[in-house]
Amino acid sequence: MRVSEDRPSASSFEDLAMPLFDQLYNFARWLTQDTAEAEDLVQETYAKALRGFGSFQQGTNFRAWMYRILRNSFLSSRAGLKIVVPLDEEENENILPAESTTPESILIGEANREMVQHALAELPIHFREILLLCEVEEMSYQEISATLGIPAGTVMSRLSRARKALRGLLQQNLEGGRHGV
Amino acid sequence: MACEQWRGKLDLYSDGELAPADEAALRAHLNSCAACAVDVLDRVQLKRSVHAAGKRYEPSARLRAQIAKTVAKTNAKKAPSANVWGSRIIFLPAAVMLIFALALNFYVGRGYAGRERAARQHVYSELADLHVATLASATPVDVISSDKHTVKPWFQGKIPFTFNLPELPGSEFSLLGGRVTYLEQTPGAQLIYQVRKHEISVFIFPEPALPMPSLLAGPVNALSFNTESWTQNGLRYFVLGDASADDIRALSKLLRDAG
Repeated sequence: MRVSEDRPSASSFEDLAMPLFDQLYNFARWLTQDTAEAEDLVQETYAKALRGFGSFQQGTNFRAWMYRILRNSFLSSRAGLKIVVPLDEEENENILPAESTTPESILIGEANREMVQHALAELPIHFREILLLCEVEEMSYQEISATLGIPAGTVMSRLSRARKALRGLLQQNLEGGRHGV
Repeated sequence: MACEQWRGKLDLYSDGELAPADEAALRAHLNSCAACAVDVLDRVQLKRSVHAAGKRYEPSARLRAQIAKTVAKTNAKKAPSANVWGSRIIFLPAAVMLIFALALNFYVGRGYAGRERAARQHVYSELADLHVATLASATPVDVISSDKHTVKPWFQGKIPFTFNLPELPGSEFSLLGGRVTYLEQTPGAQLIYQVRKHEISVFIFPEPALPMPSLLAGPVNALSFNTESWTQNGLRYFVLGDASADDIRALSKLLRDAG
């Protein structure tokens, strides 16, 4: 078998993969909600990526590839866990219409960082992961589609629902806090 | 009316995913519609909040060092230097192996034999992954002991079989510990041995539970690791590590004699 010269070299793996280390860990930590598990997940991701780098197709999205490995490893490590999205949520591919600004949405603007973190952790995992990929990793819809293995239309509708769910949790927590005072 | 047209696209606009023509048209609408402008601001505000809140966790320096070490170590193994490729002494055996592999492929055929090779390669790749991931882990072993009388009983109740381990005094090998592992959903034991700073994994699984066991025997070179495998008392042993082939063989002999 001839080794093609334009095949990705092992040395370029380091150049491509190590800059993603911090953000991969952050994503892993959000998924697992556990430090030791996140560390093992990142290690497993790098081990698998190293092994599979020879088959990585140059010109495709390396970042999405790494995140996909991490996510698949996470799903495998949680035996039996599948990210199940209710069918009716994905059937309607249209983006939800914008909701008019309300006093509650102004309150959400006042939610502090800790409140948002708490709400993010409370979200179902399929909402949490897509919000993190879009807002934190600043991935395009196309990248998210490649990472999660879902059509771009589903990315839009799921993102819209994830934001709605996050707003709901923030409102709930803010109102709870307000009544608690 | 214009608002109705744009309401469903405000998320796309906030995410920078709107087509350029639509984006320009929506921007013009926002200049004249306070309600939609406030709505967009609201969305951008939420995006910023999530962006800031989502950057929450930082990896430890220890983990960073471990990953960097693993990557660099593999690079050193995989990336051929000019000297290595330039050396005929190194290249000649590789060329002979290549010709041998091609000839073997020709005679054996591509169908069933190809699938067998792929299955065998898959098993060894999984084992190599387990070995690398274990060594990179913060807690490589769950039972830390050099005493076989501590390590072996620790597995009782955790795996559905028992095994014998060799006495090591007088040899160059030392036992670092063990952990429960899985191969093809089969629980087994992973023991970590050390010889001259090289870590070696010994995997033990009940053979009947493994796929195509007859294909797994004998030494192979899996992703630059040396390996040895055999069956004894219904158990399949795999010895895998970056130590020399002689060391792998020597440890395998000790384990065989103990079994």
